[in-house]
Amino acid sequence: MPTASLTEYLFFSGLLFAIGLSGVIIRRNIIVIFMCLELMLAAASLTLVAFTRANTGDTNLPDYDGQMLVFFIITVAAAEVAVGLAIIVALYRARKTTSTDDLTALKN
Amino acid sequence: MNPLWLLFILPLLSAAVIHFALKQKFASIAAILGTVSTGVTLVLAILWLNGSFTVPANFDWINVGDFNPEIGMLGDKLAKGMMIVVCGIGFLVHVFSLGYMKTDESKARYFGNLSLFMFSMTGIVLASNFVMMFIFWELVGLSSYLLIGHWYQKASAAEAAKKAFLSNRIGDFGFLIGILMVSIMAGSFAFGEMNGAEFISFGPWLAGAAVLLVFCGAIGKSAQLPLHIWLPDAMEGPTPVSALIHAATMVAAGVYMMARFFFSIGGEELAILKDIPMVQVIAWIGAITSLVAALMATQQNDIKKILAYSTLSQLGYMVMAVGLLAPDAGMFHLYTHAWFKALLFLGSGAVIYACHHEQDIWKMGGLLKKMPITAITFIIGTLALTAVPFTSGFYSKEGILHAAHDKPGLFWIAVFVAMLTTFYMFRLIFVAFLGDPKHKHAEDAKEVSPIMWAPLALLAIMALASPFLVQLIPARESFTPDTAFHFNDVTYASIGAFLVGIALAFLLYKGKESDPLANNKVMRVFANKFYIDEFYAGIVKWFQDILAAIVHFLDEFLINGMLVGGFTRLAQGTGNIFRKYAQSGNLQHYAFLSGAGILIVIYLTVFAG
Repeated sequence: MPTASLTEYLFFSGLLFAIGLSGVIIRRNIIVIFMCLELMLAAASLTLVAFTRANTGDTNLPDYDGQMLVFFIITVAAAEVAVGLAIIVALYRARKTTSTDDLTALKN
Repeated sequence: MNPLWLLFILPLLSAAVIHFALKQKFASIAAILGTVSTGVTLVLAILWLNGSFTVPANFDWINVGDFNPEIGMLGDKLAKGMMIVVCGIGFLVHVFSLGYMKTDESKARYFGNLSLFMFSMTGIVLASNFVMMFIFWELVGLSSYLLIGHWYQKASAAEAAKKAFLSNRIGDFGFLIGILMVSIMAGSFAFGEMNGAEFISFGPWLAGAAVLLVFCGAIGKSAQLPLHIWLPDAMEGPTPVSALIHAATMVAAGVYMMARFFFSIGGEELAILKDIPMVQVIAWIGAITSLVAALMATQQNDIKKILAYSTLSQLGYMVMAVGLLAPDAGMFHLYTHAWFKALLFLGSGAVIYACHHEQDIWKMGGLLKKMPITAITFIIGTLALTAVPFTSGFYSKEGILHAAHDKPGLFWIAVFVAMLTTFYMFRLIFVAFLGDPKHKHAEDAKEVSPIMWAPLALLAIMALASPFLVQLIPARESFTPDTAFHFNDVTYASIGAFLVGIALAFLLYKGKESDPLANNKVMRVFANKFYIDEFYAGIVKWFQDILAAIVHFLDEFLINGMLVGGFTRLAQGTGNIFRKYAQSGNLQHYAFLSGAGILIVIYLTVFAG
């Protein structure tokens, strides 16, 4: 089975990141924006993993530093989701909306 | 300790005790303390004159490189004689004040300030160098300010005090520059160590400029043109103060200082100063001051103002003598003038006191009968001032006329001023002392108490006898006054001026109820003091307006508008633009902008570097 090269991984993760970013910028529903943020985190994790696999060195083993970092990202992301969703729920209770068009208190 | 230091310590101690310890609560003790301390200094001065003491060695005061002024005193005849004048008149004025200020609300402050003045004046007279003299010079300015403004609740007195102080500041500024120039050019501050030959080696122009700058101090203190404006206003102070400070001693300090300076720098027979043509400016300033002041005096109605302008005029005489390189003659006139002018002022004080603080001569009249002692002493003073033969003023004025004899312009001005002096003084006599009382206050006038007329009597004796007390005259050892009667043109001119003056005064003012010249156009100019005060006020206002406009423009437009305001407006304007177009409050907008920013940063770091 042909394995994908580093470039393809990076391209793929770049695509995921772009999709996430455009989602954050374009979508109006705050929950969707939150999901897109998670997508961007996943893209970043994928980049790290891809680099650890590619960066083998003399021993022909992967550089596990990057993979360790990915575990941390996943744990922190889990905690962040809990906090983020809680904020969104609190926001919805206060404002009765999840659309960013209605959340412009920072204007001027 | 050398007892001569008591001349400084006693008045200072008295001032400190009165101001800090006695205050108004013990006002009578304060009055007596001030009088006694002045009396003791007078005794000391007389003993000193008799040769009882020797001058103490100087103190080192500051020692910084070449700058080492000392605290010391001079013991020549000039200083000793001047001490007698200051302490003698000071003592009599203190005694007179005991009566005059008996019921004043702030008697203690008055006597405390008088003591402070005695201390400062002693310092000027005895100072052994210019730096020390300058310190005391400023101190007399201060005490003069305090005493002019004694009745500071009255707006005019407060204004007059301020005016005196500020006018003196202008002169003192030049004086200070002059002192520095002289000390550099003559090699020393100390009067005894000035090197006249070195001084003149800088050329007549630079030396002349230094002399004139030093003279600026005298212009301020001795109220010469153009800074004479403060002296008439200074009459707002109590009358004994006018007698002591603004007639006899402080205003004469300018003349004394110039004489002291000329003797120090001039060398034998003042030969060095003869090479400085600019010294003549001093003589002309004195002559013009005496003329202008005498003209103004002819139309004043306030008894003290008349005497004030007369003082100005006589100071002009003295300055003219100094400028003619006859400082001895100037000092001789200072000496005689101090006695008879103090007499006239104290006499006017007695009159004012008796007439319930009425100062307008047109509301007096007939005082010769009501208060004969005051009137007779006042007339003696007038005779001395108008240079009647065999009075003190005659001999000293003669000396000045002699000095001016080979300069026809100055000589005839001086003679004309002598005529005017007689005219305005006898106008005062005819209106205030002769004729009928013109006001109820004058009808009620009674002779003053002995404590007030005794000083008058003593001063009257001095007004007649002073030229013959050769020992007291503050001048060089070599100077002896010419007390013989000569038949020459100077004497004829002097007596002629007196006769014309008294005749004019008799014709115009004998038995008159109001001033027959009051509506004359020329006389109105004299009455309004040549509008010099108004002219100064105009200059100050005009100058100030323009300066204020420039400063206002700089501040408002350049600093406020362009610099400070410009930066704030720049920041504010940029902020406004960003707030309007960038700060939408939309979350995604921000996310997009920060994403775009990151892209730009990445592009710049990765690709553009």
